[in-house]
Amino acid sequence: MTATHTSRAAQRTAAPGAHGRRRHKPASQRPNWLAGLMGWLWLAVVIIPIYWIVITSFKTQSNYYITNPLVPPGDPTLDNYRLVLDLDFPLYFLNSLLVAIGTVVPSVLFAFMAAYAIVRSAGASRFLRGVNSLFLMGLAIPLQATVIPVYLLIIKLQLYDSLTALILPSVAFAIPLSVLVLANFIRDVPKELFESMRMDGATEWKTLWGLAFPLTRPAVVTVSIYNALQVWNGFLLPLILTQSPDKRTLPLALAAFQGGPYGVNVPAVLASVVLTILPMLILYTVGRRQLLSGLTAGFGK
Amino acid sequence: MSAINARRTSSAVAPKARGGVILPWLATPALVVFAAFALIPLVGVLLLSFTSWDTLGEIKLTGLESWRAVLSDPGLPHALWVTFLITALSWAVQTPASILIGVFLAGRQRYRELLAVLYFIPLLLSSAAIAITFKALLDPNFGLGAGLHIDLLNQDWLGTPSLAMGVVIFIVSWQFIPFHALLYQGGVRQIPRSLYEAAELDGAGRVRMFFNITLPQLKYTAITSSTLMIVGSLTFFDLIFVLTEGGPGDATRALALDMYKRGIQANLMGQACVIGVILVLVGLALALLLRRLGGRNPNASQLEGA
Repeated sequence: MTATHTSRAAQRTAAPGAHGRRRHKPASQRPNWLAGLMGWLWLAVVIIPIYWIVITSFKTQSNYYITNPLVPPGDPTLDNYRLVLDLDFPLYFLNSLLVAIGTVVPSVLFAFMAAYAIVRSAGASRFLRGVNSLFLMGLAIPLQATVIPVYLLIIKLQLYDSLTALILPSVAFAIPLSVLVLANFIRDVPKELFESMRMDGATEWKTLWGLAFPLTRPAVVTVSIYNALQVWNGFLLPLILTQSPDKRTLPLALAAFQGGPYGVNVPAVLASVVLTILPMLILYTVGRRQLLSGLTAGFGK
Repeated sequence: MSAINARRTSSAVAPKARGGVILPWLATPALVVFAAFALIPLVGVLLLSFTSWDTLGEIKLTGLESWRAVLSDPGLPHALWVTFLITALSWAVQTPASILIGVFLAGRQRYRELLAVLYFIPLLLSSAAIAITFKALLDPNFGLGAGLHIDLLNQDWLGTPSLAMGVVIFIVSWQFIPFHALLYQGGVRQIPRSLYEAAELDGAGRVRMFFNITLPQLKYTAITSSTLMIVGSLTFFDLIFVLTEGGPGDATRALALDMYKRGIQANLMGQACVIGVILVLVGLALALLLRRLGGRNPNASQLEGA
């Protein structure tokens, strides 16, 4: 090993010619053509279905059957969107929005407070250590497996078929991961800052909202977007905990739309798909940098 | 109990005296909601598995009746097998792909940053939307294969048992590889540059560095990612429900779907809870196994370490 090392090093200094330089240029400085090619190929796999959804949603139903599926329509139409908007989609949209806001705000606030307590106590409180282990266990348990008791609980609380029924379990399910990611970020706040707040006589409550919360805003954004995505796209809870059409959230409405009389109208179904993605796409465009870096940092430490 | 602990804390760590009293209270709202809608149902699923309940009538204690019914049902080994296949195959497809893409995205080239943004898009879609999309794309009469006249693509994808399973694996991978690639990207970026610099001085090529440095250094990322992947795939429901409803026949009837069909559709809540208990136990066992594999618990040390 050492022998190879020295001989290679010697070779490099001994042969600075053009041929030698090319051969010994470190791997990190050579462009990696193969990886680039695979990267673009994967992009094609990811984007083609998305592209197809978008262009098809502007086709008329009759054109859908006869035109090349990957060529955009020559005469794009908005009829599909009009049809979908006339079919109560604005209501489902509102339902999804209410459930998302109703879940994200409490889940992030509660998780932040818990994460703050866990980090600040630094393992000194047995109660908080227990809470922490409990949330970590929550990450390993498939909580969806407990939907039947959740269903019973919601019936007993007389919340069945209401948006509140969707919000409460969603908050609970969102808490473990939120606490984990937020705690990782709060830990990065320099200890001296906490110390100086304490010297100034600030309470923990004031330090929490006045120092830790503003300083970890990227993490709060990350967790909020992530939780919003989970709830916005959630399917099992709405399916089990509601039954009236006017309580449907978007994913449930999509499935019902496709299974219903309009289901054969594929361009209209896809227009409804586009409408459900749009808000998340906007959220992603706005918070992309924070979401991507926040998720990697939150998990990867 | 918390007050006692807090007091002990404050005496042990003098500077925390003021905060020691309030800190446990800060965790209470999260704990209460989590306890009410996650912990109680977790206990509830076990208790309900010893009862029979048809959603309308009384909940009757029936001992092991539901367990006997489920365990003697030939549908159970089949659902277990389907779940195992989906979990194992989707792990085997997603993990290498996510590692490669994660390593690729860890490079700081501008085009890779652009690709990272686009790669993430499938994660914005609901499983219902994805299932609806692929159902239309794979339609034997009007789908992509038929429209482009490519016979290879034009199969009865969702009507043939083995193909339907393949489609589920493919779609799951399409949907979740971006997320796991992101985890690996973060993992790769934390590997000290000096390791690669030393290897380059030794004349190691890209492939050797990948196998000798990158892969071993990604161990803990792989454990986190695999845990999320496996626990997640045990409960895949939305996608299968919308895409195939477990079909053709029972070919894609995984445990989570089986639970829904027994419980909500057939009103056999006791039996559905038996499946729920099995899911929780399998998930927990796999998570513990993966943790053991890691030699330490990366999550706990993340939270409790300095």
